[in-house]
Amino acid sequence: MTPAPSFSPVARVLHWLMAVMILSMLFIGLFMASSVGPGYHRLVSLHRPLGIAILVLALLRLTYRLRHAPPPLPDDLPAVLKLAAKGSHILLYALMIALPLVGWGMLSAGGYPIPLWGNGVLLPPILPHNPAVWSWLRSAHTVLAFTLFGLVLVHIGAALFHGLIRRDAVLESMTHRKRSE
Amino acid sequence: MVAKSTGPSRSALRWLGVAAAPAALAFGFFWAGGWFSPNRVTQNRLMAELHDAGSYGHGFRRAHAKGVCVTGRFDASGAAASVSKAAIFREQSVPVVGRFALGAGQPYVADNPATVRSMALRFMPKDAPEWRAAMNDPPVLPLRDAQDVSDFFSSQRLDPATGKPDPARIRAFGATHPWLKAAAEKNAHRVVSSGFADDTYHSLDSFLLVAENGTKTAVRWAMVPMQPVAPADAATAGRDHLFQRLIADLHDHPLQWRMVLTVAGPHDAVNDPSQSWAQDDRTIEAGTLTLDTVESEDGGPCTGFTFDPLILPPGIIPSDDPILQLRSGAYMRSFALRSGEKRGPSAITPAMTQAPAAESEKKS
Ligand code: HEM
Ligand code: HEM
Ligand code: HEM
Repeated sequence: MTPAPSFSPVARVLHWLMAVMILSMLFIGLFMASSVGPGYHRLVSLHRPLGIAILVLALLRLTYRLRHAPPPLPDDLPAVLKLAAKGSHILLYALMIALPLVGWGMLSAGGYPIPLWGNGVLLPPILPHNPAVWSWLRSAHTVLAFTLFGLVLVHIGAALFHGLIRRDAVLESMTHRKRSE
Repeated sequence: MVAKSTGPSRSALRWLGVAAAPAALAFGFFWAGGWFSPNRVTQNRLMAELHDAGSYGHGFRRAHAKGVCVTGRFDASGAAASVSKAAIFREQSVPVVGRFALGAGQPYVADNPATVRSMALRFMPKDAPEWRAAMNDPPVLPLRDAQDVSDFFSSQRLDPATGKPDPARIRAFGATHPWLKAAAEKNAHRVVSSGFADDTYHSLDSFLLVAENGTKTAVRWAMVPMQPVAPADAATAGRDHLFQRLIADLHDHPLQWRMVLTVAGPHDAVNDPSQSWAQDDRTIEAGTLTLDTVESEDGGPCTGFTFDPLILPPGIIPSDDPILQLRSGAYMRSFALRSGEKRGPSAITPAMTQAPAAESEKKS
């Protein structure tokens, strides 16, 4: 029995690092946007650089992914599930990139200075000042964040479905260096 | 590849395993969003409370809805440069965009000297991050934290029968918040000036100044008018007389304020804006604000921004005053809501801000 290929260490490290970051961001975002309490400013100040870090990592990860094919899905996986897996992964990449861009863009359009670190290091605006666009993107940020969260839940459910129900090698391909067939 | 050996109960357990993780995360997510904490003061709740207290909405600011835009400059005296490294305390002719407003949430409310008046400023040094400051004219804020703010706005809820807040609720707020009594009384007994030009505007909240060497100094500040101060004149009439006077003044001559920083003494409460500070605190004359042009909010330079008090340059950081964070969140939500709404004309139209208003003759 030859061990089937796993995701490369680079892909796995990026996946798990970003999984932790993105889940944290979803919680931080939701908590801060529904609170005005003593942690509000600190959370917003953490939300921006963490979001930008996710953007940078997502772009690196996408570049890496386009050059390194992932291990194939099991042959006996029904075609519609293969399609669902592929489609949801594309959507996850799209959201990992779009969500921080929308966050950055909305603050740009709202005429906010965008501190990245302390209050001295600012990001340049990526959109011209336009309050209507700010308002629209602020709503889009919420909708996209909720979409990402829903997708992540399904994604985790699917990973556990592979690991616990189908008991194929898909979950291991992301958790272990080599997976057993 | 489905394992055939598992009995029905094992397989049920496995499915439970599949469902449990996403379910737990979803639960945590809703918890973070406040679904299980109905008492949490949220941005949405504050907006709803303002609305129920008569805030008009429809594209206007949820508070301080009636205003005009002004521009001018700030010239530092240099005296504050030793306590803060902010560019604004060193530079000359720093461009300023500002806004004068009445504190009410109704954009078409009739001017009344007793209504809270406000001055909001964006200081925009060419080579440093900007600073936004929003100040009110009462000397102290009779609110201590987010809960007080929420309780206060709910006590102001309009009674549908009278269209006014219910006096019993207002009394109840006072009775259940005895720690705000001193501040409320101080504000009730303040001297009310005649208009925007001779009014003093207070930061109310405390901030920390950071010097070049890292030393932090807790301060509040005020904009003190250089125009002679006259008490409010009960005879003034006309829906917009306060604004018309401001416009006429600005067309006639620049208006100036001294920015006076008050340094916290050892017994002053930095984390509680409802506590007045000692009378003998050290003060620093940080510089002079000069305002010389006025424009309507319709198309004016102060409309598409929010004067979030936590937009601070290097050299100024938030104190642990809880009202600051609440304001930052509330201003952002108000700004997002109003920017997405269709807005009618402002009470103070471009025609009114153009020439020394012919209107202003009517009132006398
Ligand atoms: C992957 C990256 C990001 C995720 C997952 C994320 C997630 C979220 C979530 C869940 C919310 C709360 C939405 C709501 O309940 O209405 C939020 C709000 C917000 N996000 Fe992000 N965000 C990301 C990136 C960014 C970036 C890069 C910025 C800015 C540079 C940003 C700025 C904001 C702001 C200003 C708010 C509103 C805060 C408030 O209303 O008080 N976000 N974000
Ligand atoms: C915020 C959280 C997460 C995000 C954004 C995320 C995103 C992704 C993406 C984009 C892929 C596709 C990789 C590629 O083809 O390049 C992937 C694969 C995978 N993820 Fe996640 N993931 C998250 C959390 C998790 C968790 C918690 C688990 C495990 C319970 C998991 C298990 C897997 C597995 C097993 C694969 C491999 C699927 C395959 O072989 O095609 N992920 N993930
Ligand atoms: C105590 C809780 C407070 C709440 C909930 C609150 C809420 C608001 C809101 C929602 C706005 C409209 C923001 C926008 O749409 O851009 C506003 C404007 C303003 N607030 Fe507050 N505020 C509070 C306290 C204060 C304090 C303590 C001050 C002054 C020291 C202040 C000064 C101002 C000023 C000057 C404006 C008008 C800014 C402008 O002209 O654009 N507020 N406030």
